[in-house]
Amino acid sequence: MNIHEYQAREILTAHGVPVPPGVVATTPEEVERAAQQFGSTVVVKAQVHAGGRGKAGGVKLAKSPAEAKDVAGKILGMRIKDLPVEKVLVAPAEDIASEAYVGMILDRASKRVVVMVSREGGVDIEEVAAMNPDAIRKLAVDPRYGLLPYQAYSLAVSLYDDIRQQRACAKILQQLYAAFLSSGASLAEINPLVTTPDGEVKALDAKFNIDDNELFRRPDIEALRDTSGEPEAEIQAREAGLTFIKLDGNIGACVNGAGLAMATMDLIKFYGGEPANFLDIGGSSNPEKVVNALRIITADPNVKVICFNIFGGITRCDDVANGIVTATQRIKIDVPIVIRLTGTNEDAALEILKNAGFSATTSMDEVVQKAVELAGAGK
Amino acid sequence: MSIFIDENTKLLVQGITGRDGSFHARQMMEYGTQVVGGVTPGKGGQTFEGPDGRSCPIFDTMEQAVAATGANASVIYVPPAFAADAIMEAAGAGVPFIVAITEGVPVLDMTRVYAYVQDAGVRLLGPNCPGLLSPGKSKVGILPGQIATPGPVGVVSRSGTLTYEVVYQLTNAGIGQSTCVGIGGDPINGTNFIDCLEAFENDPETKAVVMIGEIGGTDEQQAAEFVSSRMTKPVVGFIAGQTAPPGRRMGHAGAIISGSEGTAAEKIETFERNGIGVAKKPSDVVGLIQAVL
Repeated sequence: MNIHEYQAREILTAHGVPVPPGVVATTPEEVERAAQQFGSTVVVKAQVHAGGRGKAGGVKLAKSPAEAKDVAGKILGMRIKDLPVEKVLVAPAEDIASEAYVGMILDRASKRVVVMVSREGGVDIEEVAAMNPDAIRKLAVDPRYGLLPYQAYSLAVSLYDDIRQQRACAKILQQLYAAFLSSGASLAEINPLVTTPDGEVKALDAKFNIDDNELFRRPDIEALRDTSGEPEAEIQAREAGLTFIKLDGNIGACVNGAGLAMATMDLIKFYGGEPANFLDIGGSSNPEKVVNALRIITADPNVKVICFNIFGGITRCDDVANGIVTATQRIKIDVPIVIRLTGTNEDAALEILKNAGFSATTSMDEVVQKAVELAGAGK
Repeated sequence: MSIFIDENTKLLVQGITGRDGSFHARQMMEYGTQVVGGVTPGKGGQTFEGPDGRSCPIFDTMEQAVAATGANASVIYVPPAFAADAIMEAAGAGVPFIVAITEGVPVLDMTRVYAYVQDAGVRLLGPNCPGLLSPGKSKVGILPGQIATPGPVGVVSRSGTLTYEVVYQLTNAGIGQSTCVGIGGDPINGTNFIDCLEAFENDPETKAVVMIGEIGGTDEQQAAEFVSSRMTKPVVGFIAGQTAPPGRRMGHAGAIISGSEGTAAEKIETFERNGIGVAKKPSDVVGLIQAVL
C-alpha cells in the first residue's frame, strides 16, 4: 500500500525526525490561509500516489498567499499519471545548502532491510543507481541487532563532513529505521534530506510504501489508505478478499492462484485475445467469493465473455461450480461463460454445472481458445 | 530417490486442529505421508483422528512433539500473525526441514525468521507455498496428490496452481515426477530455485527439471546462470506474467515488476541464453521435456 507524503511526514515526526511544518489542504482557500499563516514563500505539493510530481507540474513555489491560492487552483483537480489530485501539502519554502538521499528497502537478495545513502539527493535514486552506482552506499541491517549506532554514524560520515551534521544524520537514520519497523514498511525514503544555511539537517520530502501483509496488525496504518483514483472494482474486490486488477481487454478471467491467473492472461494473449482483468479468487472454498468475482467482472462493460480457469487443490471445484450457479441466479449475466475445472471434487462440479445447463472442459488451452473465439478476436 | 522428502519423512503438523491444518493432515495421511503428530497449544494430550481409523498424538509444543516422535519434518498451517513464531519454534526444536504454507506473513517477520533458520542450520520451504510432493512416497503441504505420478522429472515453481497445471499436463502425457516443489511467491523465502536445482542435480532419480518462474525479482536469472554453469541435467522453463502491467502486485507479494528488473521478457531471454528451453504456454512444457528426456 502506498501512503501520501504528508502521512509519511507524520510518521517521521512521530519518531522524532526533524520535518518542517506543513498543512494539508483540499481547496485553494485553505491553501491561501495556510500561506498567510506561514507568512513566507511556500511550496504547494500535489498529494497523489505517483512519481514525477514535479515534472508533471504538481509542485509549485508561491511567493504570496494570493499566488499560493492561484497555483493550488491549478494543482487541485489536475491529473498526474491519470490520478486525480484531491489534496495538496503546503509548507514554507526552505533555504537549502545541500541535498542528500537516505532510504531503506526490504531487499529480496540479502533478505534484510538495506539502508541506502547518497550525497546525490533530490533526484530519482534509480537514476543515480543507473548512472553513478558508486555514489550510493548500502548496508544490509542484521535483523538480530537492528541498525547499530556505529553503522548509522558510518553512513552519516559518508554524507556529511561536519560533526554536528554527521551526528544529526546518524540519529535520523536510526529514527527512520524505527519508523520503518513500526509502520511495517517495505520502502521508506527521505529525499531530499537537506541541510539549511545555518547547518540544520531536515527531512524535506518522504515516501513510504507499506507491506500489505502488515496491515492486519496495524489498523493505524490501514486507516491511512486513500482509495481515490483507485478503480471502484479494485476497491470492491479487496473488500471481498479477491485480488483484482483491471486491464483493457474484453475477456473477463476468473482464476484461482496468482501464478495460474497470470498464465491465463498470457494464454488469452497468446491465442490473440485481450484479458479484461487479472483476478485471483484465492485458495478459499467459499462459493460467495465466486459470486462477488462475477459481480465485479460483469460490472465492466467491455467484457464480452467470462473465462473460468480453476485448478482445485485447496479450492474445491464443487464450491466454485455452486458459486457460478448461485451467481447466475442472483445477478443478470448477459455474456457467455466458459469454464475449465479440474482437480479436487471435479466430478461433483461437472455434475452441478451440467444440471444447471453449463458445459465445462478440463483443458486450459481449450477454454481459453473458446473464450477468445467468443470475444470475436483470435488467430 | 527424490529431494527433501521421501517415504522416511516423519512429519509434524503445526496447527493440526485448525480448519486448513486438519483437512490437509487427513489428505496427507491418505496420501501415505507418515504424519507422526501435531501441535496446537492447549490441546496437548488429545488425539487427532485421521482417515481409515488412523490417528496421531497432539502436543502443546514442538519441543515435546519432536522428543516424543523423532520427527524430521514439519508443516505449518497457522495464521499469518503466528507463522513466524511457529517457524522459529520448529527450528528451535531442531526440525531439519520446515514447510510454511501460510500466506500473508509480514516480510519484516521473514527477515528475522530467515536469520533464525540460518543460525539453526535447518531448511525452510516457503512461506506462502503449496509445499512439495514426492509421488508415491510422501506429500507435505496442499498439493493435490492425484495429479502426480512417479517418474524422472523434477518440478520447481514459485506458484501453486500453475505448478499443478504443469504436473497435470506431464502426468497426462505419461511423464512422471521425482519431486514437485513449490518455493512460494513471497519476496523473502527460505528455499530458492538454486537450492532445488542443486538438490535435483544431486538426485540420481531426476533426469530433467522443469523450472516455472514468474515476474518480479531476479531469482530466475540467477537460477538460469546456475543451470548453465553448474548443472549437467537438462532444464526447461516457463515464465508467467508476460502480459502483466508494471508496478502492480499480481497477487503474489513477490510478483511485481519494478523498472526493468523482473520482467517476463528479461527472464525468458536469460533462460534461453543459458540453454533453458522456454515453453510459450504451460502445455508446451510437455514437448520440451519429451525432447530432452
